[in-house]
Amino acid sequence: MKITAIALNTFKEAIRDRILYLLLFFAVVSLIFSRLLAILAVGDRVKIIMDVGLASLSLFGALMAILMGTSLVFKEIDKKTIYTLLSKPIHRYQFLLGKFFGLILTLLVMLFLLSLIFIVIVLLHSGRIEWGMFAALAFIFLELCLITAVAMFFSCISSPILSSVFSLSFYLIGHLSWGLETLLNKIKPGFGKTIAQVFYTLIPDLENFNFKTEIVHHLSVPPQVFLYSTIYGIMYTLFVLTAAMLVFRKRDFA
Amino acid sequence: MENALKITGLFKSFKSEFLRKNIEILKGISLSVKEGEIFGYLGPNGAGKTTTLKCILGLIFPDKGKIEILRLPYLSLKAKARIGFLPENPYFYDYLTASEFLRFYCQLHQIKKADIEEKTSTLLSLVGLEKSSSLQLRKFSKGMLQRIGLAQALLNEPELVLLDEPLGGLDPLGRKEIRDIIVRLKDEGKTVFLSSHILQDIEMVCDRVAIIVSGQIINQGRLYDLISQKILFTETTISGIKEEELKRYGECVSSYGGRTLVKITDEKKVEKILELAHRKKAEIHSLVPRTESLEDLFVGTVKQE
Repeated sequence: MKITAIALNTFKEAIRDRILYLLLFFAVVSLIFSRLLAILAVGDRVKIIMDVGLASLSLFGALMAILMGTSLVFKEIDKKTIYTLLSKPIHRYQFLLGKFFGLILTLLVMLFLLSLIFIVIVLLHSGRIEWGMFAALAFIFLELCLITAVAMFFSCISSPILSSVFSLSFYLIGHLSWGLETLLNKIKPGFGKTIAQVFYTLIPDLENFNFKTEIVHHLSVPPQVFLYSTIYGIMYTLFVLTAAMLVFRKRDFA
Repeated sequence: MENALKITGLFKSFKSEFLRKNIEILKGISLSVKEGEIFGYLGPNGAGKTTTLKCILGLIFPDKGKIEILRLPYLSLKAKARIGFLPENPYFYDYLTASEFLRFYCQLHQIKKADIEEKTSTLLSLVGLEKSSSLQLRKFSKGMLQRIGLAQALLNEPELVLLDEPLGGLDPLGRKEIRDIIVRLKDEGKTVFLSSHILQDIEMVCDRVAIIVSGQIINQGRLYDLISQKILFTETTISGIKEEELKRYGECVSSYGGRTLVKITDEKKVEKILELAHRKKAEIHSLVPRTESLEDLFVGTVKQE
């Protein structure tokens, strides 16, 4: 009940944030742009709409998660609202989980609205519903949960600007780490390979949540890949959230 | 009588921003607050009053020392469920209305849904905000924020109420109303820990006080044990006698509209000035013996340190 109360209050706070609506506006513009791009393009227009549309949802969703996730906890400390909140009979981890779920709820609503627009655009163009899109959207949402946890972790240890830079770096590294995987396959066994292997294990692989190409081009994905990505997402999110709670547990609010 | 709050040997230091130098804020605070009393925690700005309160509430962690709230470890949820806290210059979620705000905090106290509405309206009328229940907190004045802050501190019917500068920023009427609520809390058997630097208010309501200067408690006890009851001087306002004549009895502080204010330090001269006034058929408008005030004690102690 306590976590739910904090989550709902966080949701009320988040939906008043102007940044959210600015990003929502650009996301909608980007979705409409995908339709225009399809007109200009040669080839399967539906594929272009779906490819650009899903990429827009993923990018703007990540920006929402980063910008809001890094400021929500900081705002509580900066505005000193945390003083009365933590003087109530709640654990610090309940506060953090409440904030996390509140933001997840906000992102879910935003993603729902954007997905609705996206599906309508695809439907108007192709005249049919692409069921695979829902799987792609579900994994975009799972990625957003992880990014939110990362943004909140950084906001527990640094200022919003630094946290945003760190979280954005996490997002970019996470989507480029496949390059390291390619390197691992080509490098000869030895010290260099071990180092590369350690790096590859440590840094996130956000491409695990990217099923855009497979869905757009109707490629088959084995169910165990979906299962692996789901477990990877949940475990990584739990790990980052636990780290955030451990940092937050011992923090002084001077 | 049992202790509602007991602090033993509390130390707290912070690292400075750039040089990482250790700055000691609390240097071994020890105090105890008895159940059912109003305890005044006095000190100049920067003495460590708010830091002590933050330690009690678990917002910061002390380097050393022990804190017990109602004989429970201070960080336990059971202890927190039995206290109420009003911070200095309260900041709240300004997008919520007064009743939404109280409802949110009721949920954190796990107050039953059926009781929330009644509790919210009772508290809003206690602090005189019943007409502002649907107004967003961003539209509240400083005094109104202080009142809603007090309301949230009393939501759970706490046994120990911790108030940090509750009268700051209030007009005289507002201060009186909050003072009355504090006294009412005592009448209901609650314990109040009142941190303030407004001496008159502390003097009016507190049973016992502790004075903190530079992170150390330098005086604590019952108010009337700390303040000397000896008459320091007597002030009288007389008309009908010339100033030159009055100067023989004491210092003429001011003279206006034929009335002279005389400060008499020798007690024997008080009787003599009364005899003189009787003889000369002069009029005595006031005669006030001045004992030591909390302000005298406070200023004296702080200066000594």
